[in-house]
Amino acid sequence: MKSLLEVSGVSVSFDGFKAINNLSFAIGDAELRAIIGPNGAGKTTFMDIVTGKTRPDEGRVLWGEANTSLLGLSEARIAREGIGRKFQKPTVFEDQTVQENLLMALSNARGPLQVLFYRPTPEDLDRVHELAGEIGLVDALGRKSGELSHGQKQWLEIGMLLAQEPRLLLVDEPAAGMTPAEREHTTALLVEAAKSRAVVVIEHDMDFVRRLGCKVTVLHEGAVLAEGSLDHVTANRKVIDVYLGR
Amino acid sequence: MSQGIFAKNPSVLVFLAILGLFTLGVTLMSEWAGSEIVSTSFVKTLGKTLCLALVAVAMDLVWGYAGILSLGHFAFFGLGGYMIGMWLMYERTRGIVAASLAEAPIPPTEAEVVSAIGNQIFGVVGSSEFPAIWTFADSLALQLLFVVLVPGLLAFVFGWLAFRSRVTGVYLSILTQAMTLALALYLFQNDSGLRGNNGLSGLQNLPGLDHVPQSSISIWFFWASAGALAIGYVFSAWIVSGKFGSVIRGIRDNESRVRFLGYPVETYKLFVFTVTAMIAGIAGALYYPQAGIINPAEIAPIASIYLAVWVAIGGRGRLYGAVIGAAFVSLVSSWFTGGQAPDVNLGFYTIKWVDWWLVLLGLSFVAVTLLAPKGIGGLVDLWTGRLPPDRHGADLGPDSGSLREAEAEQ
Ligand SMILES: Nc1ncnc2c1ncn2[C@@H]1O[C@H](COP(=O)(O)OP(=O)(O)OP(=O)(O)O)[C@@H](O)[C@H]1O
Ligand SMILES: [Mg+2]
Repeated sequence: MKSLLEVSGVSVSFDGFKAINNLSFAIGDAELRAIIGPNGAGKTTFMDIVTGKTRPDEGRVLWGEANTSLLGLSEARIAREGIGRKFQKPTVFEDQTVQENLLMALSNARGPLQVLFYRPTPEDLDRVHELAGEIGLVDALGRKSGELSHGQKQWLEIGMLLAQEPRLLLVDEPAAGMTPAEREHTTALLVEAAKSRAVVVIEHDMDFVRRLGCKVTVLHEGAVLAEGSLDHVTANRKVIDVYLGR
Repeated sequence: MSQGIFAKNPSVLVFLAILGLFTLGVTLMSEWAGSEIVSTSFVKTLGKTLCLALVAVAMDLVWGYAGILSLGHFAFFGLGGYMIGMWLMYERTRGIVAASLAEAPIPPTEAEVVSAIGNQIFGVVGSSEFPAIWTFADSLALQLLFVVLVPGLLAFVFGWLAFRSRVTGVYLSILTQAMTLALALYLFQNDSGLRGNNGLSGLQNLPGLDHVPQSSISIWFFWASAGALAIGYVFSAWIVSGKFGSVIRGIRDNESRVRFLGYPVETYKLFVFTVTAMIAGIAGALYYPQAGIINPAEIAPIASIYLAVWVAIGGRGRLYGAVIGAAFVSLVSSWFTGGQAPDVNLGFYTIKWVDWWLVLLGLSFVAVTLLAPKGIGGLVDLWTGRLPPDRHGADLGPDSGSLREAEAEQ
C-alpha cells in the first residue's frame, strides 16, 4: 500500500543531544496509529518535524501521492497541505468564543484578503453546529473558550482539527486531564475520524490505546523500538524493560 | 460593511453619535459661527486631538488587536504630514513669488519662478536647488497619494524584512524605535531635502485662500479630522469584527497555533502593519496643517512611545479605548504643559507642572499597567456589566487560566 506520510532516516539533535535518531515511520490513508513511549522519547519532537516546527538535521519527510518533501515548507503551508495538529497542552483561543474558534479552523481560504471579505455562509454555520455536536459543545457555542473546562478545551481543539478537514491528524496526548467518561468519548471521536483519514495519536494511557484498537509504534530514545498490535508490542522484552516495567 | 458591523458592534454607533454631537457642539461654539466660547486656537487643538485619536486607533489595531507593539507609528504619522506639507509650502511660496515677480518689468520665465521658489524654500539650508523628492510637490493629487503611499511603502518594506525573519516581541519594538530614530536623524540633516531641523512651516495657510480667515480654515480642518476619525473608526471596526479580527487576535494570543491552522501569519502581520501605517499617514496629513509646522523632532522615538502610552491608558483591544486615551492624555498634557495647571506649593518645594507632567504621566502609565490593565475603557465594562468572574477558588481544569464551574455558568 502506498503510504500517505513517509518519514525515513530522520535525525535531529538539540545541543548535541540526539532527540530523534534515524527514525523511520510510515502511515497510510485512513489508518489509525498510536505512538507510545517513555517521557522524552521524542514523540512530540516527531510531530514537530512533520509539521515543520523543527527542521531535522538529516532524513526525508515525504507526503501524499506526489511524494512532496515537507522539509523546507512553512508550518502554515504544511497545514494547508492537509496536516492538522493537536498540541499536548490544549491551545484554543481563550479570548474568543467556541464558534469563532471553529469558524477560524474551518477549511476555507486562508489569505488575508479572502478572510477580510469572508462572511460565514449558512453551510459554514451548519458545519460548525454539526462539529459542536460531535464534541458536545453545542450549548457552549457562544461562550468564550477560556471558560471551558480542561476536557472541553481538548475537545474543542479536536473539533478545530476536524474542521480543518486534514488528511492526516496528529494528536498529542488528547486524553490528558480527562475523566474516564470523557476519555471514552474522545476514543470514539478519534476512531470515527480515522475512518476517512489518517490519525496518529500519542498517548501514555494503555487502556486508552487498547480501546483505539490499532497498530502501535513504540518510540524510545528517538527511534522505533517495536511496532505491531498492542499485544505484540507489550509482549516485547525490550518494550517491557524501557517502558512498561518502570 | 453596512448593517452587520453595527449590529455586532453597537459601540460603533454610540461612538459615531458622540463624535457627531461633539463636532456639532464645537462648530456652534466656534468663532466661525460667530460665537466666542471656543477660540480658533482651541478649535485647532481639538482638531489635532481628533487626528491623534485616529493614529491611536491605528495603533490599537496593530498592537491591541494584532499584538505587534510597534513603537514607530509616529514615523508614518510624520511622513504623512511631510507629504502634504511639501505641497502646501510649494504652492504658497509659488503664490508669493509670482506676486512679487509680477511687478518686474519683464515677465518671468517658468524656470525663473521655480528657481525663485527654490530660493525661498531652501534658503535656510543654504541651497536653492529642488531635491528630487520635490519633483511632484506642485501636484496636490500626487502629494495626497503620497500621504498614504510613502508611509505604506516604508511600513511594507520594514515589515517584510522584520516579519519574514520572525522578529517578534520586544525585539520588534526596538527595531521600530530604531526605524523612527533613523528617519528622524536623516531628516535632521540639511541635505535630506526637507529643510533639516527647520522642517516645513506656514502650513496653516492654504494656498490661494489668503482672504479666508483662520477661523474658517480651522473649522474646515476640524470637520475633516472628525470625518477622517469617523471613517477610520468604522473601517477599523469592520476589519476587527469578522474572521480577520479573529485571526489577528489569534496571532496576538498564540501565533504558532494560528500558523498550524494554515494561516500565513507573516502576511497578516504585514497587512495590518502596512494598513495602519497608511491610516497614520492620513492622520498626520490632517494634523500638521493645523499645527502649522512639522520638523524632524515630531518623529523622535519618544513620540511613538507616547502613542503606546495613550492606547494603554485608554484601554487596548477596544477601539474607543484608543480614542479616549489619545484625547484624554493629549488634552490633559497640553493643559499641564501649557502652563495652565496651577503650581503646587509644598512649602519647601514648588511643583511646576511643566517640569513634572512627564513624571506624572509615567506614574499613571505604571499605575494603569499594574492596577487597571483594561485602562479607562475598562470603565465601560462596569456599566455594561461585562465583568470577569471573581476567581477566588480553584480553577475548573489544570490550567491556571480556567474558571470555576459556577463562574463559567454565569
Ligand atoms: N526545542 C528543544 N530544545 C532542546 N531540547 C528539546 C527541544 N525539544 C525537545 N527537546 C528534548 O528532546 C527530547 C524529546 O522530547 P519530546 O518532547 O519529543 O518527548 P516526548 O516523547 O514528547 O515526551 P513526553 O511524553 O514527556 O511528552 C527531550 O529530552 C526534550 O528535552
Ligand atoms: Mg510530548
